[in-house]
Amino acid sequence: MECVFGLVGEGFAVVAADTSAVHSILVHKSNEDKIMVLDSHKLIAASGEPGDRVQFTEYIQKNVALYQFRNGIPLTTAAAANFTRGELATALRKNPYSVNILLAGYDKETGPALYYIDYIATLHKVDKGAFGYGSYFSLSTMDRHYHSRMSVEEAIDLVDKCIVEIRSRLVVAPPNFVIKIVDKDGAREYAWRETVKDSIASSA
Amino acid sequence: MSRRYDSRTTIFSPEGRLFQVEYAMEAIGNAGAAIGILSKDGVVLVGEKKVTSKLLQTSGSTEKMYKIDDHVACAVAGIMSDANILTNTARVQAQRYTFAYQEPMPVEQLVQSLCDTKQGYTQFGGLRPFGVSFLFAGWDKNLGFQLYMSDPSGNYGGWKAAAIGANNQAAQSMLKQDYKDDITREGAVELALKVLSKTMDSTSLSSDKLELAEVFLSPSGTVKYQVSSPESLTKLLVKFGVNQPATEDS
Repeated sequence: MECVFGLVGEGFAVVAADTSAVHSILVHKSNEDKIMVLDSHKLIAASGEPGDRVQFTEYIQKNVALYQFRNGIPLTTAAAANFTRGELATALRKNPYSVNILLAGYDKETGPALYYIDYIATLHKVDKGAFGYGSYFSLSTMDRHYHSRMSVEEAIDLVDKCIVEIRSRLVVAPPNFVIKIVDKDGAREYAWRETVKDSIASSA
Repeated sequence: MSRRYDSRTTIFSPEGRLFQVEYAMEAIGNAGAAIGILSKDGVVLVGEKKVTSKLLQTSGSTEKMYKIDDHVACAVAGIMSDANILTNTARVQAQRYTFAYQEPMPVEQLVQSLCDTKQGYTQFGGLRPFGVSFLFAGWDKNLGFQLYMSDPSGNYGGWKAAAIGANNQAAQSMLKQDYKDDITREGAVELALKVLSKTMDSTSLSSDKLELAEVFLSPSGTVKYQVSSPESLTKLLVKFGVNQPATEDS
């Protein structure tokens, strides 16, 4: 029941992901961060098999870092997306990774971008995208309200609309979400949307 | 005494030299010269053709100039068969990069990658080094126009103007004197042809003894690699007054 979705606005891209780590009927934790900061101006929001998700995104992250160390320049968002897709495609024909990815980035020359990469190495450059059962609701909501060049306020409002929709309509909906944003100033956490806190139990 | 240390590539001499690498550079010193000049709006490569015979069938292939990718070309000096292997390797490396990243390979990364290959032949495997030096000319969006020179040791450097092959030291010092940072592509062509004409052994210069290639941006912004036809080369030689026999005064 993992939910990942994102969209591109005016000079930024925003991605949101649920934060529940689930094993069968057990919720391990409700504050698992599934949006990795790939480099200063890129985010990877990933959903899928927990082991594969961490393994693959860390592998991509380290290769992106290695490129920058070797060559003194960062990869563009498009290059990183194509590299990621290529790695999934190669693994697909041996030991596939069960990971779906939304790659959001900002390049000075080309602005914000969002890439949809699914577990069988499909690559699409998109304005809005989503994975998981939640996508049935978030995509429809985004289709209804999205327009190009949205402001940050409008985009976060749309993200919140999607979260409300998922919470109210998806059976076993994840309680908490994390929202991250990337723009000319870099990739960073924007906010959490929590209904359940993984913290000290309240006293009796 | 150095004879004991020169038959294998993989050992140093007592003085800390790699003789096979040095011998490879000797071989290149006897080969046809090539000159590269970086200008604001393009890179110019000029090469001296050693194989000139009326019987040669020039089917469009070039002796000195090779296109590696849409945005990178090179001039070679040295053993031609070695050059073919390395240019093919460079082409594969460039395409492999584009396959992974869907973008053209930055020029310096391509040069570095090829030089890593060359370095391997100086350290392990027991195979001799390649007897080729390269002048790479290219454009990428990070650094614009660039010129690189690489040699059999696997070392490379970025240059504003460089010469390889026969008389390259004389050519290099002439380039040092006359190169200006704001030189235009046309000025670079003129300078390259003039320097080459002075350092070539032959008594007179004609278009069948030379190759000229330019890397520049078309008006639409795409990188163009152009090898001059013999006719346009002849016109240029006349225009710059370079088609007469080389004179003693500079």
